[in-house]
Amino acid sequence: MSAAIEETFSGTGRQSVTLPLAGIWRNGLLAAGTWLLASALTYGLPDVITWGATGPFAAVTLVGALIFLALSVTVHRLGSTGRTLVHYGPWFIVLGLWLAAWEVLTAKLGWLPKPFFSPPEGLLHVYMTDWDRLLICIAYTGRLWGLGFFSGIFVGFAGGVALGWSKRFAYWGMPLLKLIGPVPASAWIPCTFFIFPSTFHASIFLVALASGIPVAILTAAGVSQVNRSFYDVARTLGADNRFLIFKVAIPAALPNVFVGIFMGLYYSFAVLVVAEMLGAKFGLGWYLQFNTAYSAYANVYAALIIMALICAGLVRLLFVARDRLLGWQKGIL
Amino acid sequence: MSVAFAEASVAGSIALDFEGVSHRYDLDDKTLEVLDNVSLAIEPGEFVALLGPSGCGKSTLLRLAAGLEAPTAGSVSEDGQPILGPNPDRILVFQDATLFPWRTVRANVAIGLEARGLICEREYRIDEVLKLVKLDGFADFYPHQLSGGMAQRAALARALVNDPKLLLLDEPFGKLDSLTRLRMQKELLDLWKSAGFTALLVTHDVEEALLLADRVIVLSDRPASIVAELRVDQPHPRRRDDAKLIALRASLLETLGISHDV
Ligand SMILES: Nc1ncnc2c1ncn2[C@@H]1O[C@H](COP(=O)(O)OP(=O)(O)O)[C@@H](O)[C@H]1O
Ligand SMILES: [Mg+2]
Repeated sequence: MSAAIEETFSGTGRQSVTLPLAGIWRNGLLAAGTWLLASALTYGLPDVITWGATGPFAAVTLVGALIFLALSVTVHRLGSTGRTLVHYGPWFIVLGLWLAAWEVLTAKLGWLPKPFFSPPEGLLHVYMTDWDRLLICIAYTGRLWGLGFFSGIFVGFAGGVALGWSKRFAYWGMPLLKLIGPVPASAWIPCTFFIFPSTFHASIFLVALASGIPVAILTAAGVSQVNRSFYDVARTLGADNRFLIFKVAIPAALPNVFVGIFMGLYYSFAVLVVAEMLGAKFGLGWYLQFNTAYSAYANVYAALIIMALICAGLVRLLFVARDRLLGWQKGIL
Repeated sequence: MSVAFAEASVAGSIALDFEGVSHRYDLDDKTLEVLDNVSLAIEPGEFVALLGPSGCGKSTLLRLAAGLEAPTAGSVSEDGQPILGPNPDRILVFQDATLFPWRTVRANVAIGLEARGLICEREYRIDEVLKLVKLDGFADFYPHQLSGGMAQRAALARALVNDPKLLLLDEPFGKLDSLTRLRMQKELLDLWKSAGFTALLVTHDVEEALLLADRVIVLSDRPASIVAELRVDQPHPRRRDDAKLIALRASLLETLGISHDV
């Protein structure tokens, strides 16, 4: 009953979550329970397949359980962070169950065998033994991705504005863009090798291309769809072309631009593996390929999880930026 | 309120001439004749109202005067000079408010000053005109937070802040409730008297035309030509129930093809 009430409260997300029942977060307790279960199963049952981090994984899940236990009484004092935690309560419960089941099916029963599947403790083992190399890979990938993505969306945005604004530009540019758009990144590899002075530049180009093309297409569409009467209004008020582009066309197209940037973000991550095929020595994409070649799938999963988390974090940042810039849309959408 | 405007006002007025103006739109497979040989001379400082059936070309006439379009035939000139393009001396208030949704009311009103690089010296005018159209409490609202009437008033403020010499108004009060409309009519009249600009008002409201204008022009169905012209000499403030205005109204309605007892 009180859980049901809490559900509705946390669902709306804004109300205060002070409950009459001494402020106990029931989902927090349940999450502590499922995490404890995962810990106990890991520690208690014998391993059929050894992965080398049974003890540490049991410890990590136990710590998780203790944290949820502590949170279940204190979460209501944590303000907005607390509300976010409460909102994701059901997820924490299921996550504990998932960890327990995953561990049992792989390490404890062996139904999902090595090397294709790895239990969570296998991933933990990777993080514990290979963390230094993973950190270096993250740094290398970060450099490549940062250079590629930002130059890509910059050029894509500028090109998109030109394509959407100028008829002559669109006449030559649009067909080219439509031809280039669907070409898979790997198809570029031969000519990038020839054009660019180093493989690093070629990799940057591939990332930039993947992120720039959706930005260019959506920006062009956004600029060319701007309501004509906005231009008329601005022109009667004395606006020149510069004003029309920067103060009318671009702000009006910005919602579209953001859709393009979101797509570019996903594409740029997808293309990282290909980009790091080009003779890279480090990088998450390189790490994935290297470990796939050696059937070290636990390492592959471990790196994939890192990439997914980084991508999710960047998407979140982008949402914050969008809400800042496009606050005016709130009442319209 | 008109006092505040008079103090700040630097506006003058211009003469507007349509000489044998015809206009057509080229559509994909045909052309649409919209204006047919319209000649109209408007004196500096005069207030002229345009009446006509909907779709006859009234908005088109205003677009030509604003310089947003060039006539297919004939010429439009200001003070004897041909109008070649838009100029903030001649400002068109559009039928729809067309506020920029990403700008607040204040930022919308500021567009004209920004575009001409006058924002620093004339920023105070923004507050003045916002007060004038009674939106001073809404300066930081976004257009989607305004009612239709408020949006229309914001659009009017956006024009007035530039101290136009010719104000072209395309059914500016069409969307207002009747009380706000009466108030805005009076305010427009006060403004016109104190600032002295030339005004060309498109309206579908016969009474509005008679209350405000020095001269009422009646246009025919598309392609529009001038079918009647009527001078209103009554001094301001005019009363709706003034016998002479009622007589003029009856004759106007007859010209428009509507019988007296409507
Ligand atoms: N840009 C345009 N292209 C094609 N036809 C137009 C355009 N603008 C207006 N028209 C047409 O011209 C006619 C007159 O339009 P308008 O001047 O807006 O009439 P009014 O303002 O008197 O209602 C209408 O039939 C309209 O469909
Ligand atoms: Mg119209």
